[in-house]
Amino acid sequence: MNAHALLTRLRGQIPLLVTAVLLVSMFSVGSVQYEGFFSGQVVLNLLIDNAFLLVVAVGMTFVVLTGGIDLSVGAVVALSTMVSAWLVEQHGWPPLLVIPLVLLMGTAGGWLMGWIIHVFEIQPFIVTLAGMFLARGLCYTISVESISITDPQYTAMAQTRIPLGSLFVSPSALIALLVVAVAFVVLHYTRLGRNVYALGGSEQSALLMGLPVQRTKTTVYAISGFCSALGGVLLTFYMLSGYGLHAVGLELDAIAAVVIGGTLLTGGSGYLLGTLLGVLVLGLIQTVISFQGTLSSWWTRIVIGALLFVFIVLQRLITARRR
Amino acid sequence: MSTATATSPVRAVTRSRLFWPAVVLVVLLLANLAFTPDFFALHLRGGHLYGSLIDILHFGAPLILVSLGMTLVIATGGIDLSVGSTVAISGALACLHISESTDPGSLATVLTALGIALGTALVLGAVNGLLVAKAGVQPIIATLILMVAGRGVAQLITDGQIITVTSDPYKMIGGGYWLTMPFAILLSALVVLATVLLTRSTALGLLLESVGGNPVASRLVGIRAMRLVALVYVFSALCAALAGLMVSSNVSAADGNNAGLWIELDAILAVVLGGTSLNGGRFSIGGTVLGALIIQTLSTTVYTIGIPPETTLVFKAFVVIVVCLIQSPVFRAKFAARGARTRRTTRSHTAAPTNREVGA
Repeated sequence: MNAHALLTRLRGQIPLLVTAVLLVSMFSVGSVQYEGFFSGQVVLNLLIDNAFLLVVAVGMTFVVLTGGIDLSVGAVVALSTMVSAWLVEQHGWPPLLVIPLVLLMGTAGGWLMGWIIHVFEIQPFIVTLAGMFLARGLCYTISVESISITDPQYTAMAQTRIPLGSLFVSPSALIALLVVAVAFVVLHYTRLGRNVYALGGSEQSALLMGLPVQRTKTTVYAISGFCSALGGVLLTFYMLSGYGLHAVGLELDAIAAVVIGGTLLTGGSGYLLGTLLGVLVLGLIQTVISFQGTLSSWWTRIVIGALLFVFIVLQRLITARRR
Repeated sequence: MSTATATSPVRAVTRSRLFWPAVVLVVLLLANLAFTPDFFALHLRGGHLYGSLIDILHFGAPLILVSLGMTLVIATGGIDLSVGSTVAISGALACLHISESTDPGSLATVLTALGIALGTALVLGAVNGLLVAKAGVQPIIATLILMVAGRGVAQLITDGQIITVTSDPYKMIGGGYWLTMPFAILLSALVVLATVLLTRSTALGLLLESVGGNPVASRLVGIRAMRLVALVYVFSALCAALAGLMVSSNVSAADGNNAGLWIELDAILAVVLGGTSLNGGRFSIGGTVLGALIIQTLSTTVYTIGIPPETTLVFKAFVVIVVCLIQSPVFRAKFAARGARTRRTTRSHTAAPTNREVGA
């Protein structure tokens, strides 16, 4: 009985294990193949270059765990870079005021979408699609051109390197790791986290158990909105510009990271640390392709697509067997 | 009561599912007339028809095709996000074949190119269909895979370049004229007509609606839902491929990056505007064509009036939300309840029919 229980427990973690094995083997192969690949800095660069994706994917994990989807994240990231650049550069607002404002805007937008999804029972897909149109459209009403940022506080954030022995990380990478840590605690050790899993497992049951379904749903989309806005702020540090075409297709990368990280798209099952692994796998694909040199960059998308395919089929096989 | 019976023919028209999309289209067209007085003018120059209306039909033809495939997919309760990538892949394949052949102008080369493009689309659609129908993956996710990977594949085919071709028979598909009309219009009209006949003169349309309305019940009455659903994705991919051929033929070039970009969103929008519910079930091909024309007219309007084209996105966002709210049963119930309450206070007894008008 105990062995059986252990086995079923393990089966749920197969995608996560596969991802971990994939990550290690990709890194090993890269280290053997390419000179200079096997270094701590390559790993840290993964975090530095993908800090914003990591934050956005954390928010997406919450939404996917409830069985929903948020297609607006890329557009909200772009809008955040745009609003930051616009207010700081063209209106001279202090960054310390602009950043909280942008975060508030993202959270409010996410909350509103969650509210519409729940109250009017419209598919999350279509509501967040409209949110995506709206956010991208608003970017262009601010400016069609890219606005570059010269504010000293922003450039300082972009250039600061925090030394770790002989290696270094950027503040953004640390912020992203902090977000992962906070989200991990919230998801696995608080009542809100349990509600999220319950909602994803079965909304009907959650409702019958007297769980606050509406509050949980709106909160989840608000979290995703907040993470997107924060991801936008981090991207502003990284790019030092605001542009309506920033982060095109980011929603797909975020969903891919969540799926590769072993979260079931039907909701109710998954781990936040899986998402971290998923983001690292995506980053590693890019790193390997850039180390390879001869492969063109569009191979990244093909490989991500193929990985998505494999993991989705894997998910189906596992859930089918569980029944 | 007497007013209700007297206006019943009018009500029959206003309650038709095509009424509101048609009204929106006409209003948009009239709005154009205010800015460009000769908007409705048609000229016959060198045996070809010219005019803004022809332009709208001509440039809207690929969108009509993609939306047509999307309508059937949505009718079964699914969605196909991969159409944009399919547009790019089919254009890239056809142009690659023509540019590499020794005789790009010959009909045989062009026909082989069409065969390659449509054949590939068949395979892509079958993969989508199998993932959704056989493996039971959610349609959004199943087609997301091809949406992500497809752009990369299209880039790979074109090697990141824009392939230009000079081939008269190929140019015909998207840029040619036949019987004074642009060939693209005739081609898409033909496909629309064939689809209407196929779905409405046979039981196919009914079966699709039944699968979309209630998959379990359909299976219990003996409909082979699995095969139907898979077929619908193949059809959608074929429509997208044809649209891709049209787009690339019109500009005589294949651009893996930009061909068909965001067309999946426009197509979904067209279907929703046309009154087909995203929850599956009843569908309206006529409505979808109107929806696609509304979107194309909107783009044209934005350019002629001189609004920055990017703001159309904001407008589209509001349209999607409003249309979805109107389609949402909960929203209608709330709206109707409020309407009934206010009407009761204004001592009227004809609440019920008015309510239904609000809903429609």
